[in-house]
Amino acid sequence: MSRIWKAIVMFVMWRTGGLRRHPTATARDPSERHTGAPAWAERLVALLLLLIPIAAVVFVALFTLHPNTQLLGLALGVTLALLAAALVLAGRWLVPQETKVEQRPQLADPEMTQQVREQAAAGMEGVTRRRLLTGAAGAAGAGLTAAVVIPVVALGPGLEEQLRRTPWRTGRALVDEQGNPILATDVIERSFLTAFPQHADEEDLGSPVVVVRVDPMTLKLPPERAGWAPEGILAYSKICTHAACAISLFRDPLSPSTESKGPALVCPCHYSTFDVLDGGSVEFGPAGRPLPQLPLKIDAAGVLRAAGPMSGPVGPSWWGDPS
Amino acid sequence: MSGAHQHAKDPVTFVDERLGAARGLRFLMDYVFPDDWSFLLGEIALYSFIVLILTGTFLALFFDPDTTPVLYHGSYQALQGQSVSGAYASTLHISFNVSGGLLARQIHHWAALVFVAAITLHLLRIVFTGAFRKPRDINYFIGVTLLALAILEGFAGYSLPDDLLSGMGLAIAWGVAMSLPLIGGPFATALWGGRFPGSTAFESRLFIAHVFLLPAIIGGLIAVHLAIIMRQRHSQFPGPGRREDNVVGTPMWPGYALRSLGLFAAVAAVLVLMGGLIQINPVWLWGPYHPYIGTNGAQPDWYLGWLIGALRLMPNLEIHAFGHTLVPNPFFGGVLFPGLLFGLLYALPWLDRRFISRDYRRHDLLERPRDNPRRSALAAAVLSAVTVVFAAGSADRLFFQFGFGYEGAVWFFRGAFLLVPVLVFVLTKRVCEQLGRERSYPLRGWSGTVVQRNSRGGFEATPDGDLLSPPEASPESSASRL
Repeated sequence: MSRIWKAIVMFVMWRTGGLRRHPTATARDPSERHTGAPAWAERLVALLLLLIPIAAVVFVALFTLHPNTQLLGLALGVTLALLAAALVLAGRWLVPQETKVEQRPQLADPEMTQQVREQAAAGMEGVTRRRLLTGAAGAAGAGLTAAVVIPVVALGPGLEEQLRRTPWRTGRALVDEQGNPILATDVIERSFLTAFPQHADEEDLGSPVVVVRVDPMTLKLPPERAGWAPEGILAYSKICTHAACAISLFRDPLSPSTESKGPALVCPCHYSTFDVLDGGSVEFGPAGRPLPQLPLKIDAAGVLRAAGPMSGPVGPSWWGDPS
Repeated sequence: MSGAHQHAKDPVTFVDERLGAARGLRFLMDYVFPDDWSFLLGEIALYSFIVLILTGTFLALFFDPDTTPVLYHGSYQALQGQSVSGAYASTLHISFNVSGGLLARQIHHWAALVFVAAITLHLLRIVFTGAFRKPRDINYFIGVTLLALAILEGFAGYSLPDDLLSGMGLAIAWGVAMSLPLIGGPFATALWGGRFPGSTAFESRLFIAHVFLLPAIIGGLIAVHLAIIMRQRHSQFPGPGRREDNVVGTPMWPGYALRSLGLFAAVAAVLVLMGGLIQINPVWLWGPYHPYIGTNGAQPDWYLGWLIGALRLMPNLEIHAFGHTLVPNPFFGGVLFPGLLFGLLYALPWLDRRFISRDYRRHDLLERPRDNPRRSALAAAVLSAVTVVFAAGSADRLFFQFGFGYEGAVWFFRGAFLLVPVLVFVLTKRVCEQLGRERSYPLRGWSGTVVQRNSRGGFEATPDGDLLSPPEASPESSASRL
């Protein structure tokens, strides 16, 4: 066992270069200073510096005549790289190479600390009821904080109306992004449509629904939702009840890895997976609430219409939210 | 004494006669920087920040923080005539119609990624070498705060263009804000000016936070961070002549100033080359955001991966009472997990002196990770847990690359989150202890012979114990272990 450890440790040491000697402490003063720039270094730094205006002119010419992103980046990048090379070479070869020892400052001077502490304490000299005053100051701070914060919380009561409204009403037609009504025949099995309430704001979180068609025989809707899925056509809110992403994946049961499972709607953000057949219950992932279902009906013209409001609140929850 | 002519020519005299700055200048010129590559990580962060300010200023001259829909009529043909927000249209304008606009955008984005990466690596160096100990704990708190602000600032910038990915990110941010205990609903509603996607005011709030509030706070904190470092001097690794009460290295003038400016130019050069040659966030391909559109396989900027991962790995727990929701699910991954991690980071100096190292004294000499196996093992365990969660944020890439389905991936990462930190803890501790025992000489106990050249030109075996035996515990290392 210890051999294995030794082998692992040696491998790590070898990879990280840790085989060097542990630095030892010596009394020797490490200060040193070497001067005298080699001639080649002076010429090389001068050459690099002289190339910079040339590269800079290329950049300016490109910027005015042919502002191509790649060429601009190359020209400016090369200019800066030349500058970097010149500076590093100058720092390493031209100027004196020096190792210095600096004494670290003692941060606290105990005598001074004591004096300042006494001076600070003297600021309360003659005040007898310190505890009362400290408590009162604390109460003042807490009151002030509350006065500033409570108006935010006071937004709460009207919140449900604001956060839960949807434009879905009984009889509203389902339309596509361009506003064209969606016919029952437009919805085919294993595909996936996004629909909105007719004449409503598409950007409203309460609007978008996903429409899918399944084999009516496979439906497992709760009894009170019987009739919500005419011809096996189902509509669910497209906004994930976890963190408001758009549910844009429809798990196709034909995929070999999932063929044992039924069709499900999946949110690409955090993989909340909602069972389509049983009313949008959470099958997998972090969502805490089922996906709200929109009851559907098919009118005489074959257009899909809402048969009632959403079955539950749309979008994520908050503290105190009645759901 | 030189004449008036000489005075006019000499910059030191010029400044000193007007500002009395000679003493301060000498302090700066004498300031000693210990030579170690890991000390450059913080400098890389600083220089990325300067590049961010420069490119960000350029971008702000052209960006329009407006969500009012406009019909796009720019030079990008694929979106011709589409209804997009003013913010999105101006981002396309910057990318296609402003000279150097796309270059500035891409440099800005790459610099943001490098900025947060450099801060993170810098933080790891600080944690693993014990550089957060007294007297550097205050400065360490400032550094941790800077990391949090940098992540927030990056996310704000990522959210500004109103493209599909920025909208998806904001939807999640809104869900997480809503999940805050007690104040979530009212807070998120007040911040967004209504239900997500919010009122038109939200974009300008985001804009002012990104271009003014957060950069001003970050810049101010960086200034304080550097001032405190200069007051205390740099920490240093143990070595010849290096003691707790001195600092050994290259003085600022002239060697270090030139090298550090060289590093600035090098960081800028790399970022400009990346911005020019490597495409990043082509928002015209993502398209404008609408709340009813989502896409799979999309990745946020890397520094948000651990939050995405945490939201994904959390099982569907929500706390309900009396028919009301109390704690919605996004709280756990989006608030509790980052809160715990940053809480742990802030508590580290206290945890270390109270429980891990049990050492309350001032330290200016650093430890190598092996010198403190308990701290290194704990830090490595926490790091591995965050890395697992981070990897879970890329589960969709796993699927695209390897066909590994998301349910299996989530279960795999949940298990790894519980198991990997334990393994990493044990492994790191044993490796550190082993290295300490061997005193960095894993070859000790071998059967070979080390020879050295003698004065006559031949070779002779070195006396055992000269080259191979470990040096006795040095005063520094024994002091730092006490």
